[in-house]
Amino acid sequence: MPFGLLKYGLRQQYPAQHQFTPSKKLKKHYDVVIIGAGGHGTSIAYNLAKYHGITDIAIIDKSYLGGGNTARNTAVIRSNYLTAEGVAFYRESVRLYQGLSNEFDFNIMMENRGQLTLAHSDAAIRSFRWRAEVNQHLGVRSELVDRKTIRELVPNLRLSEDARYPVLAGLWHKDGATARHDAVVWGYARGACQRGVELHQLTEAQGIEIEQGRAVGVRTNRGRISCGAVVQAVAGASSMVAKMAGLQLPIQSFPLQAMVTQPYKPLLDPHVSSPHVHVYVHQTSRGEFVIGGGSDPYPLYHSRATLDQKEKLAGSVLELFPFLAQARVLRQWAGTTDMTPDYSPIMGLSAVKNYFLDAGWGTWGFKATPICGKTMAELIATGRVPKLIQPFSLERFYRFEQVNEAGATAASH
Amino acid sequence: MKQLRCPLNGLRNISEFIYGGEYHDVPDYRSCSSRDWSEHVFFAETKAGWVIEWWCHLPTSYWFLVERNTVSDEIRRSFPSSDLYQERVDFSRALAREKQSE
Repeated sequence: MPFGLLKYGLRQQYPAQHQFTPSKKLKKHYDVVIIGAGGHGTSIAYNLAKYHGITDIAIIDKSYLGGGNTARNTAVIRSNYLTAEGVAFYRESVRLYQGLSNEFDFNIMMENRGQLTLAHSDAAIRSFRWRAEVNQHLGVRSELVDRKTIRELVPNLRLSEDARYPVLAGLWHKDGATARHDAVVWGYARGACQRGVELHQLTEAQGIEIEQGRAVGVRTNRGRISCGAVVQAVAGASSMVAKMAGLQLPIQSFPLQAMVTQPYKPLLDPHVSSPHVHVYVHQTSRGEFVIGGGSDPYPLYHSRATLDQKEKLAGSVLELFPFLAQARVLRQWAGTTDMTPDYSPIMGLSAVKNYFLDAGWGTWGFKATPICGKTMAELIATGRVPKLIQPFSLERFYRFEQVNEAGATAASH
Repeated sequence: MKQLRCPLNGLRNISEFIYGGEYHDVPDYRSCSSRDWSEHVFFAETKAGWVIEWWCHLPTSYWFLVERNTVSDEIRRSFPSSDLYQERVDFSRALAREKQSE
């Protein structure tokens, strides 16, 4: 139980605190180099330092801490997936999220809002029933709910029969939540840096050095680093970084666009998503409506906005919440999503020894941050692949053992 | 709206098209290994820069190739697949052969 808040309340002075490693020279060698200072990279470093006693770590990033897809996701946490492998993995992540503020002694603003997915067709109801059964079997709170329950959960949702796609039923996932995504990466980075991990921003990986099939170093814009192991955790650039290690991945990278409205009084508790009209929306504690779900129709390494996608997003959200017609859009952005053919991540070993993959996080990376860091750290420290992530190895594509979660994502692809 | 030149139908709105994946050499299904085939099916280069890719004009179901930049989103040219493929794949004959060998 953290007493940080109590201590803070009793203080007379509030001096500025340095949370992260101050800028300093790169050492010549580290035990582990992590490429990518986002949620995943810092979570791996934190878990290695705190639970495995490995602290000689450099986290390098060509930009700044949490400036990539960690800052660009829509901060949704849920575990209502379809496959047993997926549900078990994300369930553990949701559990870890629940205790993360205590773990950090730092508020990640976790909110157990619950998540409601809408069915607009009989086929969707069938798949929701299936998901609810799988979820309940594995201890995840999901249930099929009727229109009356939906009305109680979200009184402002348009349930009219005259809608283009009337809402028929819903999948209510009580474990669904949101958290402040920046706070998650700050909490991990702070905890890692306190234990001796070095954070090096503006340090771009430019090449991976491989000797006799083993990763031995990383070339950066600030010089060469030799190391015992390399981890890539670079959502949005996975294929490019893997290529430096001579690896090809089953990934295509698409922009995903989102936007935020002006703030309103609190009027929407759960996170609401509709795979049918391709939109998901929730209201933040600041009152803004976060609207996402517009995957671009073709791959691109660019975070530009397009009017086509913004129009589509706006049109879709008005189907569900017509009162938002008056809302002004405050911000819009895009992030590059590394899509795998089965909508599951690629984690674990690669063909290069001591080169570890944390990739293929498409639109499901933020919710997996805690469990990804925990399991990847265990793999790096022990050399054994934890059972929870064995199904997500790159090798699954050669064995035709995909973990198909295409039906359990809300974004449009 | 962004537009794309279809070799069959001319310049059309990009919403009339669907992206069909990177162009790469197809391994010979008669002789390649299962590993090669899974790479052909699932893996991609996902290069940053100029690439050649498959597109389809949906209303006419016409598949063709486009040279596009995956960073700047510029389109340099589009051309019919007959520029690259002259040989017709005869699936019926291949199937019959397989049946024979069984």
